[in-house]
Amino acid sequence: MTNLIRLRDDAPVNDPVADFEACCDQSNATAVRIEPGDDARALLPFLDRLNLVEVNFPAFGDGRGYSAARILREAGFTGEIRAVGDVLVDQVNNMKRCGFDAFAPDAPLDADDLETALNRWPEDYQAAADASTPIWNKRHE
Amino acid sequence: MYSYDQYDQAMVDARVAEFRDQAQRRIDGKLSEDQFKPLRLMNGLYLQLHAYMLRVAIPYGTLNGRQMHALADIADKYDRGYGHFTTRQNIQYNWIKLEDAGDILADLAAVEMHAIQTSGNCIRNISSDHFAGAAQDELVDPRPYAELLRQWSSFHPEFMYLPRKFKIAVIASDTDRAAMRLHDIGIQIVKNEAGELGASFYVGGGMGRTPMIAPNIRSFVPLDQLITYSEACLRVYNRYGRRDNKYKARIKILVHELGAEEYTRQVEEEFAHLLQQGIEPPIAELERIRTFFEDPAFEDGPKTIDRSDPDFALWVDRNTHRHKHDSYVSAVVSLKPVGGIPGDATAEQMHLMAELAEQYSFDELRVMHTQNVVLPHVKIADLHALWTKLDAAGLGTPNLDQIGDIIACPGLDYCSLANARSIPLSQKISERFAANGKQDILGELKLKISGCINACGHHHAGHIGILGVDKKGVENYQLSLGGSEAEDTALGKITGRGFDEAGVIDAVETVTDVYLAQKQGEERFLDTYNRIGMAPFKEALYD
Repeated sequence: MTNLIRLRDDAPVNDPVADFEACCDQSNATAVRIEPGDDARALLPFLDRLNLVEVNFPAFGDGRGYSAARILREAGFTGEIRAVGDVLVDQVNNMKRCGFDAFAPDAPLDADDLETALNRWPEDYQAAADASTPIWNKRHE
Repeated sequence: MYSYDQYDQAMVDARVAEFRDQAQRRIDGKLSEDQFKPLRLMNGLYLQLHAYMLRVAIPYGTLNGRQMHALADIADKYDRGYGHFTTRQNIQYNWIKLEDAGDILADLAAVEMHAIQTSGNCIRNISSDHFAGAAQDELVDPRPYAELLRQWSSFHPEFMYLPRKFKIAVIASDTDRAAMRLHDIGIQIVKNEAGELGASFYVGGGMGRTPMIAPNIRSFVPLDQLITYSEACLRVYNRYGRRDNKYKARIKILVHELGAEEYTRQVEEEFAHLLQQGIEPPIAELERIRTFFEDPAFEDGPKTIDRSDPDFALWVDRNTHRHKHDSYVSAVVSLKPVGGIPGDATAEQMHLMAELAEQYSFDELRVMHTQNVVLPHVKIADLHALWTKLDAAGLGTPNLDQIGDIIACPGLDYCSLANARSIPLSQKISERFAANGKQDILGELKLKISGCINACGHHHAGHIGILGVDKKGVENYQLSLGGSEAEDTALGKITGRGFDEAGVIDAVETVTDVYLAQKQGEERFLDTYNRIGMAPFKEALYD
C-alpha cells in the first residue's frame, strides 16, 4: 500500500479484503473489493459492518466504478471507498466528487500533479456525492 | 441568447488551464498517448489522417456575431483559412497543430466558447431545432432546456467514461428539424392536459452500423424533475451498457437488448431513488436561463415580398422559413454551392455572416445539422439587401432541402475511419444535377453521404442515402432509399449491390428519373417512394 492516498483523517483500514461474492455470503467481512460488473446495491444490506469498499478500475476508461461509489454514498455509507487499479491523476477529482476518499493507484501519482488536480475546479455545475454546492444553487442563494 | 456569468467563465477558464497542463505532461512524458487520448478527445482534439482536427462546440447551434468572427479568426490564425460546419451543429478545423490547441481554447474562452466534450465517451454537445425561438410552429423555445442540460452534463463526474459517446437533442415542436429520434436521448418539450410544460423522453435512437429509432419511454417528465430523470437514464446506461464490444456499446443496443419496457422499468426505479437525493436544480435556474431567450424587439413592417427579381424570388421560396412574427422570416445561408464542399466556409464568409447577423438578425446565427447557417430573425423589408450580399459572396445558393443540399461526412479525404471518399462524390452529384437542370424540378430531396458505416453523414436518414464501403481495396458505394430524419423518422433500405463512384452517380440519376416518371401531384421523392415501394427503383437500377 505504498501508493495509498487518503482524503480522510481516520486510520487506514487494513482489514482483510473479501471479494464481492464472498462478502455477500460471509457474514463477518468488514472490507470488500468490487469489480466493474458487480452490483454495488447488493452490498447495501451489509453496509453497517463494512469499513472499506475497494472499487477496482482494471482500466481507467471503464467508468462503472463512479456509479458504484455514488450509490454507496447515496445509501449513507460513511466508511472508506478506495479506488484501486488503473487510477490516474486526471480522474481523481471526478472520483472524489462521486464519493471516493482514498486512492490506491497501480502507479504512484505525482504529489504536485495530484494537488493541482484536486484544486483545479473553482466550482461545480451539478450535484454529486460530495458536499459541493452546485453553481445553479449558488446563483439563487 | 445565453451569456456567461462569472461561474460559467471560471469553469471554461479552468478547463483551458487544465488542458494546457495535460498537454505539457504529455510532452514531458508523464502521460502516455493512451492516457492522453481520452483527455484530448474530451477537448475536441482528434488525430485524423493528415493532422489534428479540433471540434468546437456550438451549444444548440446558437452563436452571435462576435463568436462567428472569432471562429473566422481561428481559421485564419491556426488553420488554412476555412472551417467545416458539422451535423452536430459544431465547427471543425482540419489542420491544427497540437502545440496551438491550448491557445485556441483560450481564444474561444475569451468569447464564451469551448471545445468541451465534443468528443470522447461522454455527453456531447446538446443539439436543438435551428429555428428555435423563431419558428411559427413551436410550443416554446427549446433552448433553455438544452442550456440547463448543457450545464448538468458539463464535467459530470459520474458520466465521463460512459460505454460510448452520448448525444442529446431537444426540440419543442411537432415538426422535427433536429433528427430527435435518432439520438441517444431525444427530448420533446410538450404540454400536458393540465397545460403544464414537461419533457417527453425518447431513448435509444442512433445511426451508426446499427441504426435505431428511439422509443418513447415516458411521455411527460415535469420540468422540475428534468435533470433527475436524465440522470437516471444515464446511470442505468453507465452501469449496464455493454463495454465488451465498442460497436455494441451505444445505449440503443442496451435498450434493444433489454427491451424498451425493461429499460424503462430500471430507469423509473433509479429515478424514484434519485428523487430522494435532491440533485435537481432550483426551478429559479430555469427561469433565469429563460430570460436570455426572450424575444428580441420585433417591429412591425412590410409583410409582402417584392418578387420581381426571379433569382431572388427563387431563393426566397427555397431558403426562407416562416417566422412567428409576420414581418420577419428565418433565412438559410447555404454552405452548399454547386460543386463545393458541404459545410465548408472560408474565414471571409464567416466574417460576412457575422456582419450580416449583426446588421439584419439581432446579432444571432444558428448552425443547422444539415451543415448550413441560419439568420433566424430577418425583417422581410431587409431580405433583398441580405440576399444581394450573400449572393455576391457565394452564399446565396437557392437549394435548401434540394438534391444539391447534400450532407456529407469528411470521408477519406480527412478521416482515419473512412473507407471511401464522400466529398468528391457529393461535389460531382451536385454538379451533375445542376448541369442537367434536374435540381430545379426534383423538389425536396435529402441526399446524405457517409464514407463509412459510422454514418456521420446520416445516410440511413437520407431520402437517398449513400454509404461508402471498402470492397477488396476498392471504394464502393451502397445506395439506400426512403430514410427520413424528420417527424416521420424512417431508416432507408439498401437497393441492392453497390456501385463504383461513377456508377453511383448514374444510379442516383436513375432513381430520380423513376420518381419524376411516377410522381403524382405534389408528391416529394419520399412520398412517391413510400407509395410505390422499392421494386420500381430496383428494376430501373438492376434489370
